[in-house]
Amino acid sequence: MGYELYLEHILDHYRNPRNYGKLDDATVKHTDTNIPCGDELTYYLKIEDNKISKVGFIGQGCVLSMASASILSEKIKNMEIDEINKLDEEYIYNILGIRPGPARSKCVLLSLKVLKKAVEKLDRV
Amino acid sequence: MYPDVWGREIDIKKEILKDFPILGRKIGGKRLIYLDSTATSQKPIQVLDVIYEFYSRSNSNVHRGIYKLSEESTEAYEKSREKIKKFIGARDKREIIFTRNATESLNLIAYSWGSQIIRKGDNILLTVMEHHSNLLPWRRIAREKKANIHYIGITKDGRLDLSELDNYSKLEPKILAITHVSNVLGTINPIKDLAKWIHDLGGFIVVDGAQSVPHMPVDVNDLDADFLVFSGHKMLGPTGIGVLYGKFEILDEMEPFLVGGEMISRVTLKDESWNELPWKFEAGTPNYVGAIALGMAIDYLNALGMDWVYNHERRLVRYALDKLLDVPGIKIYGPLDDRDRGGIISFTMDNVHPHDIATLLDEDGICIRSGHHCAQPLHDILGVPATARASFYIYNWEEDIDALTASLMKIHKLFAI
Repeated sequence: MGYELYLEHILDHYRNPRNYGKLDDATVKHTDTNIPCGDELTYYLKIEDNKISKVGFIGQGCVLSMASASILSEKIKNMEIDEINKLDEEYIYNILGIRPGPARSKCVLLSLKVLKKAVEKLDRV
Repeated sequence: MYPDVWGREIDIKKEILKDFPILGRKIGGKRLIYLDSTATSQKPIQVLDVIYEFYSRSNSNVHRGIYKLSEESTEAYEKSREKIKKFIGARDKREIIFTRNATESLNLIAYSWGSQIIRKGDNILLTVMEHHSNLLPWRRIAREKKANIHYIGITKDGRLDLSELDNYSKLEPKILAITHVSNVLGTINPIKDLAKWIHDLGGFIVVDGAQSVPHMPVDVNDLDADFLVFSGHKMLGPTGIGVLYGKFEILDEMEPFLVGGEMISRVTLKDESWNELPWKFEAGTPNYVGAIALGMAIDYLNALGMDWVYNHERRLVRYALDKLLDVPGIKIYGPLDDRDRGGIISFTMDNVHPHDIATLLDEDGICIRSGHHCAQPLHDILGVPATARASFYIYNWEEDIDALTASLMKIHKLFAI
C-alpha cells in the first residue's frame, strides 16, 4: 500500500483543493484533528432548506487527509442533511477511489468525522 | 557466534546481518530496511534463543523456590543484574532495579522520590526536548506539591541553550530531569557538566538514557548521575524489561512505588517492613526472562564494544547528513555536526507531509517513523506538527542510507509542483 494511493486525482486535489477557504456566512463549522498526525481540518457549512448550499474548508495535513476533504466537499454540495447522516467509511473510499491500510485510513476518514460532527451541531443551532 | 570485533569491518557486517533473522524478510518483494531503532530495536538470534531456551529448560519463579529450577532462575536473573551493573559502571548491583521500561522507571522516581523531597515552591528543571515520559511525571508531582516547572530551551541548531543556566542557578532547582540524547534532534547533551552544575547548587540529576545507553558508552560514575533510566527493547532486548539505576544512598531512603509480593521482609496483620534493595522496588513476579534476555543483549553489545557501536553510528550519521542534504526541499532538525549527535535524523520535506513520506518509503521496504515522536512541545518549538525520523543501529550500513536517499528523491519528484 503506497504509490497506488497517490493517484493523479488525489495529488490534483491536494495541490488544488476545491472549496478551500472559510465561509463568512456559515451556519455551522467544526474543527477536529488526528492527534498522532497533527492533521487539522475545519469544515464550514451553510445550510438552506435542510440542504448544504455552500461548503468551505481549511486545514493542514498529509495528502490523503487534504485530498479527502477536498473531494468530499465537492460531493456534499446540495446534499440533504439526512443523506449526510447516512454517509459511511465505504462512501469515502468509493469517492476517493483508494482504500488505504489501517495505518492511513484515519487520514482519509478525518473529513467524514469533521463533517458528521458539524452536522450534529445543527440540532443545537 | 558473536561478531568478531577483531575482524575487518566487512566481516562484522556479515556476522551482524546474519544474526538478525527479521532483516532477511522481504517487504513487497524488497529487502527490509529498518530505520526505526529509536522506537524499538530488532533482536539478534542469541536473544531470541535465550528466551526459548529458558522457557523450555529452566522456567520457574525466582527467589521463593528452593528447588533446582528456581535456583537456576534466580541465579540467571541476578547474574543479569550484575551484567547491567558493569555495563553502566554502577558501583553496586543493588543500585540496579528492573522495571518494565524507561517510562515506568521515570514514573517510579517522580512518584516515590519526587513526592518525598519536593516541597511547595520548589523548582524542577526540565528541557524542551524531553520525551513526554520525562515531562508528565514531573508535571504531575509539581501540581500536587505546588512546585514550579522550568524548561531549558534550545538553540537554533537544536542544542541545549546553556546560556540560560545562569538564570536558573538563582532558582536553585531541586531536580534536573533531562534526556541524555534527544529522540528527535539526536543531540547528545553534556550530562557530566550539567550534573556538576546541579550538584553544586545542591540539586539532583535524573537522566533519561533511553537513547544513549543502547548507542554509546555510558558510565554513571563518570557522569555522576543520581538516576539513569533506560529500556531493554531499544538495545536488542525484548519488550517489557527496563532499568532504573539510582545511587544507593538515595534508593535506600526512598519509599517503594508498588507494594505487594517479593518487596517485603515481614508482614503481619498490623504492619509490614520493606525488603532490601533492589527487591524493595520489584513488587510481584518480575519479568525475569526479559531480564535474562536483556543480559544476553548486553553480552552481544559488549562483544562489539560500545565504542564500536558509537563510532559505527557516528560514521552513518555523517554519511546520512551528507547524502540527505542533497534531497531538494529537505530540512534536517538538530545539530548538523556528528560530534554531539546520536544516530537519529528527523527531517521534513517541502510540500510532503511526514506521513506521506513514511507511507511511500514503506513501498520501498524502508521503515521510518513519522509524527511527533512523543515530543509535542519540541515540535511546537520547531514549528512543525510532525517530522519524519530515520534512526540507525548496529545492523544498518551505508547502503540503507543510499536506499533512503534514492526513495526520497523519488518522493520529491512525485510531489514537485
